[in-house]
Amino acid sequence: MYSEIVMDHFTNPRNVGEIENADAVGQVGNPKCGDIMKMYFKIEDNVIVDVKFKTFGCGSAIASSSMATEMVKGKTVEEALALSNYEVAKELDGLPPAKMHCSLLAEQAIKSAIFDYAQKHNLYYKELEGFDPDADEDHHDHGEEE
Amino acid sequence: MKVYLDYSATTPVKPEVLDAMLPYLKDYYGNPSSLHSFGRENKKAIDTARDQIAKTFNAKPEEIFFTGGGSESDNWAIKGVAAALKTRGRHIITTNIEHHAVLHACQYLEKEGFEVTYLPVDEDGLISVEDLKNSIRKDTILITIMYANNEIGTLQPIEEIAAIAKENKIIFHTDAVQAYGHIKIDTQQLPVDMISISAHKLYGPKGVGALYLRKGTKIHNLIHGGAQERKKRAGTENIAGIVGFGKAAEMAYENLEEHVQHLTELRDYLLDEILDKIPYTKLNGHREKRLINNVNVSFEFIEGESMLLSLDMVGIAASSGSACTSGSLDPSHVLLSLGLSHEMAHGSLRLTLGDQNTKEEIDYVLEQLPPIVQRLRDMSPLYENIKEGVR
Ligand SMILES: Cc1ncc(COP(=O)(O)O)c(C=O)c1O
Repeated sequence: MYSEIVMDHFTNPRNVGEIENADAVGQVGNPKCGDIMKMYFKIEDNVIVDVKFKTFGCGSAIASSSMATEMVKGKTVEEALALSNYEVAKELDGLPPAKMHCSLLAEQAIKSAIFDYAQKHNLYYKELEGFDPDADEDHHDHGEEE
Repeated sequence: MKVYLDYSATTPVKPEVLDAMLPYLKDYYGNPSSLHSFGRENKKAIDTARDQIAKTFNAKPEEIFFTGGGSESDNWAIKGVAAALKTRGRHIITTNIEHHAVLHACQYLEKEGFEVTYLPVDEDGLISVEDLKNSIRKDTILITIMYANNEIGTLQPIEEIAAIAKENKIIFHTDAVQAYGHIKIDTQQLPVDMISISAHKLYGPKGVGALYLRKGTKIHNLIHGGAQERKKRAGTENIAGIVGFGKAAEMAYENLEEHVQHLTELRDYLLDEILDKIPYTKLNGHREKRLINNVNVSFEFIEGESMLLSLDMVGIAASSGSACTSGSLDPSHVLLSLGLSHEMAHGSLRLTLGDQNTKEEIDYVLEQLPPIVQRLRDMSPLYENIKEGVR
């Protein structure tokens, strides 16, 4: 069901944890859907120098958070904002269709953290226009069960 | 080590059952409806299996009808009685926690103009017999309530339910797919009209089941066609499957006491140790009124699929009521009916035991499970407050 890369990131997730006095913290998802992602950034000179995450969720949610943190580490804030969930899923060697929302959640966790950063520092990012960090994540497929 | 703890999903076929089946896949290929010796041999084999199953119910062989599995038996019982009695009434009573084979059959009938009452359950998964009594109407034609729940193992007060149905002259069906093979069901004692059972839950093959149909019960056919099963269920019989089912049922009830003792001991050990070893854990289902092979617990702050993946990596096969394991949005309807929060329903783990399990295997699970739960909790944002003692 899952690719080897997904299983690797699930088994040995990178960047698990918290950052004390983080420059940015974002959380998305809710327990109702079964996924919550929280991300912590340390930002120096507009560069994300450290990232940590905590995730409540299925294997692909944990793997997506792990991969996404790897992908934004060392990037500028603008570069991190440009990261799409498709790129995360691609780096994971694909996700099952019903699990694509996990990669989207990772993308939104990053945006949510940067939103926090922007608010604290009065910064404006075009990519965050209309972004609502408290929007209920509901991108599951309402598929028929078997 | 490989440990299979998903016996409620399905069981392996016992060697004796396979041995009984093989001749009917190899040598005996005649159609049981044929007049010649090839057919007659197979007719006899089906009759033997019917006798074997009838005996376990203390029923007459003419009251046992073979089907294509538990789902078909449930569908037949419900739709068949609805069709036969629709001029008398259009009200059906069931529960919130039935298997989808019952729930979806009822929902289908609702679209066809029937009315269905779904009885709620308490936090242990039990219906209230008072609720049942109060929901009976003049036009109630069928009560369908499962004997044992497949997820949480809770056993309903079947004797009381059957007595109430009989008193009110309402047909009573029970889905006993999970109970059969663990519990003696005596149809001379229990006034039940229809019972659904399935072979693959008691060490028989998949794709074969049966409906016990008390003599005189009014029901229409679900599968129309040839004259098989005394004109009630058409289709050339799955002979090897039926033979295997008969053998599996016979073996289950020959060794019932030993089986019950073995599994009850293992289940209690596993359950008590989990609750003892892992904090923030809740038992799902009733502690005593419970299937002998069912352990179902929710671990706070973590999600079921990631638990199943982790267990699978160390060779342990289990299941969960988390939405992420079913591909649907909501976690199990059964767990939500108990009043569990979505979070707790997502964090459920079902371990169902079988005859092949040993104490050593259970010890292995008890060794592997706590660190898996802890690892996932350490990764969970919901656990942070707990560690800091906020809650
Ligand atoms: C309670 C219950 N009813 C019905 C079924 C369906 O049986 P089958 O798989 O034979 O169609 C199952 C099996 O999952 C079950 O547990």
